[in-house]
Amino acid sequence: MTEAPVHNPLAQFEVYPIIPLKFGELDLSFTNASLWMVIVLGMATSLLMMGVRNRQLVPGRWQSMSEMLVEFISSVVTDNAGKEAMKFFPLIFSLFMFILLSNLCGMIPLSFTVTSHIVVTFALAATLFVGITILGFVKHGMHFLSLFLPAGTPWWMVPLMIPIELTSYFMRPVSLSIRLAANMLAGHLLLKIVAGFVMIGLLGIFPFGFLLIFTGFEIFIACLHAYIFTLLICIYLNDALNLH
Amino acid sequence: MESALATTLMGKYIGAGLATLGMLGAAIGVGIIFAAALNGIARNPAKEGSIKGLALLGMALAEFMGLLAFVVAILILYVVKS
Repeated sequence: MTEAPVHNPLAQFEVYPIIPLKFGELDLSFTNASLWMVIVLGMATSLLMMGVRNRQLVPGRWQSMSEMLVEFISSVVTDNAGKEAMKFFPLIFSLFMFILLSNLCGMIPLSFTVTSHIVVTFALAATLFVGITILGFVKHGMHFLSLFLPAGTPWWMVPLMIPIELTSYFMRPVSLSIRLAANMLAGHLLLKIVAGFVMIGLLGIFPFGFLLIFTGFEIFIACLHAYIFTLLICIYLNDALNLH
Repeated sequence: MESALATTLMGKYIGAGLATLGMLGAAIGVGIIFAAALNGIARNPAKEGSIKGLALLGMALAEFMGLLAFVVAILILYVVKS
């Protein structure tokens, strides 16, 4: 685009350094993305630590909130990956809290949505994918490769099934990361574009009403996609631990 | 005679507009998923919890394809050099 519009809806996704730290070619600046990740970390830690202070048998409000989150993710892990996947529960719970709080912090006005960048979600999805694949090979040895050939396929379909299954296996981290990042990107972009229409005078009440309802919908989408990411990781973990 | 820049811009705008037609499939897919979910809840109201969970999972997976079309449109508009 040769001429920049006056109000650029993509400007909210810009990453700029707050504390520049360049070591020659290596750029380790503390950016606004890093700042918001630190804020999310602080929120998650304080939410859960305040929940376990003064533990009582009949929980107060903080403790009840923390317990509901732990119970919810615990049920997702055991329903989808079996009871022996509970040793991965701290990882799955941290993943869920990070994505949930990052998505929700993005709904604060004038903030930065950490998970709207594909680099962040791809880092999460790719490291988990590599880890789950290594876990599958450690647990099952070479028998892990039987994941790509469902039992009972006729011999003439085997050369067709294996590339298809391999492709769909390697598409997993790509689809996980793009799903989360594109949902966050599209939601915030739409909010910004509609917000640009609000100040046109008396008729601006209609874009404002749409913004109101759509912000509520975006909060629902933020929580839903944290759940979807976690659920799909548990399903892939189940594939690796208990080959089908 | 149009300059190469104007032709590129025209191509970009037309391409981005056409790419968003891909969301039609996603919208129909999400509608089918929720129609099946409503059908299932109507037949067996006791299973409402698990049907709702599966319907939301199906909605996210179907919506993802529509978002891929949107991502292609954004790529064409903002990443292709002009």
